[in-house]
Amino acid sequence: MVALTDPAALDAPAPPDRLARARRLTLWLALLLVAVALTSLTVGATGVQLIDVARSLVSGEELTRMERVVLLDIRLPRLVMGLAVGAALAVSGAVMQGLFRNPLADPGIVGVSAGAGLGAILAIVLGSLLPPALLGIAGAHLVPLAAFLGGWISTLLLYRVATRRGQTSVATMLLAGIALAALSGAVSGVLVYLADDTQLRDLTFWGLGSLAGASWTKLAAALPILLIAMAGAMLLGRALNALALGEATAAHIGIPVQRMKRLAILCVAAATGAAVAVSGGIGFIGIVVPHLLRLASGPDHRALLPNAALLGASLLVGADMISRSVVAPAELPIGIVTAVLGAPVFLWILLRQRGAVDL
Amino acid sequence: MLEAHDITVRLARSEILQGVSVTAEPGQLTAICGPNGSGKTTLLRAMTGDLPYTGRVTLNGHDIALLQPWELAAMRGVLPQASALAFPFTVLEVVEIGLSRGRAAGQSRAALQALARVDLAHHAARPYQSLSGGEQQRAQLARVLAQVGAPSEAGAPRWLFLDEPVSALDIAHQLEVMQIARDFADAGGGVVAVMHDLNLTAMFADHIALLSRGQVLAAGRVTEVMTSDTLSRAYGCQLRVGAAPPPGTPFLLPHAARLAAE
Repeated sequence: MVALTDPAALDAPAPPDRLARARRLTLWLALLLVAVALTSLTVGATGVQLIDVARSLVSGEELTRMERVVLLDIRLPRLVMGLAVGAALAVSGAVMQGLFRNPLADPGIVGVSAGAGLGAILAIVLGSLLPPALLGIAGAHLVPLAAFLGGWISTLLLYRVATRRGQTSVATMLLAGIALAALSGAVSGVLVYLADDTQLRDLTFWGLGSLAGASWTKLAAALPILLIAMAGAMLLGRALNALALGEATAAHIGIPVQRMKRLAILCVAAATGAAVAVSGGIGFIGIVVPHLLRLASGPDHRALLPNAALLGASLLVGADMISRSVVAPAELPIGIVTAVLGAPVFLWILLRQRGAVDL
Repeated sequence: MLEAHDITVRLARSEILQGVSVTAEPGQLTAICGPNGSGKTTLLRAMTGDLPYTGRVTLNGHDIALLQPWELAAMRGVLPQASALAFPFTVLEVVEIGLSRGRAAGQSRAALQALARVDLAHHAARPYQSLSGGEQQRAQLARVLAQVGAPSEAGAPRWLFLDEPVSALDIAHQLEVMQIARDFADAGGGVVAVMHDLNLTAMFADHIALLSRGQVLAAGRVTEVMTSDTLSRAYGCQLRVGAAPPPGTPFLLPHAARLAAE
């Protein structure tokens, strides 16, 4: 062997282990999640305080009817929905970025949310035209299901258009996303004309994004989909790491690339679809969360995906607290809050990437 | 044993390879040579299962079309010509991506050893994207070496497929990388490398498959294939294979110099 290797190099201190750091971060993020969740239960338009309720429970007093309604039927489902949607959006973002090999990919930006929204709108406006028997079976699942289908079709379309031979063109991806969003917008516009007053109120809510409609019924329909999609996404860690080296190399390493891509697309569509179905178009969580985590502990998807779920959940519930308290007792649509927080981060990534990425 | 039988590859309706058959033995370094556009890389990519082909490729007796990706990955590693990386992984993390079992005990150590082998251990913690082109190529070779592990295990040889492994390297690292390939073959593994540099090929390879216009023009031991006549025909220009340069011509054959010194 040519003696270029310095034998001392092997004895040098091992480089910092970012995966271990990321795993420690998971613990802190879990603590943050608990803190944010508890705080969120105490914030609201009514004066019901978690601490009072806890005191009553401990001392064996009956909860007042008001306390029970506010906590169990209003704040708790809203909290659970915020956690699930936040986690799902952040994980979807991380998976899409891994799949498209680009940190700017996000279900909101490339039109997947728009596609899911179109599916949901179709279900709301045209759902009543379905035969009653079918409607009975689908029930509360109709809107999430339609949103999932809309998201799935848009993701597939997007991947077809933007990816050639395993290489994704960022420009094509973003432009295709614009086209998809425009198409969804146009069809939605037509549907708005067809809608009656109640449907119209439902529709307005999609555009802004909000957790205000949270209820146990909606959760029962969406939560299983969100959980399954996220569980599926957690299997993608090693595959997404390998995909960072390109599809050919990922296959050489032993990753069943086509199967993993299909799983990734399915997970993104299901998570985004169900999230959009219950909370409308909440943007930027999917881009901000993975980006912050990559800065903190590196891009290893094996830790990035679970950490994104935790931070995404905390961030959305935090944003929801802001949206509920800034103009209390009214509330700001949460989509506005996430956009105000997220858009600057997006621009910042763009600035940092300029030159490094072939746009 | 690697056997590619009657391989035909069509890309965008034109035939890049027409019924090519080549074999490579474990314990040997087999070079695929030929002019630009002769189908070298296409042949390599067909043999690694990256391109649709007609014909049959067997590795250690298994038809590669019937193997799962992870089964193939346990038998062979592939070094592509160039690799772009999507996220800011460190050099060490890139090498670890090639390891199959996440990070079982000793995996990080194996990755560091592979990096030391390609003279990059001191850059282990650096972002991969900050390396020069040649350093990236060596880091990728370390990833492949870490993935493949020992050149042979329980009598079954493992394989390296290298696509122009030295194209971006300075002369010292060209020698080092070729020596790594040579050592892998000497230890019982099989190496198939697409090569542009005929002098390096002459120094390190055992066999050559010489391609021209999508067909095998000549195949055999280095001394059989590397004749003035065959090379001139393959490359379409006058070439003279000699044992010594004409008097007064400066020349550089570092490996030959080292052999002479020994």
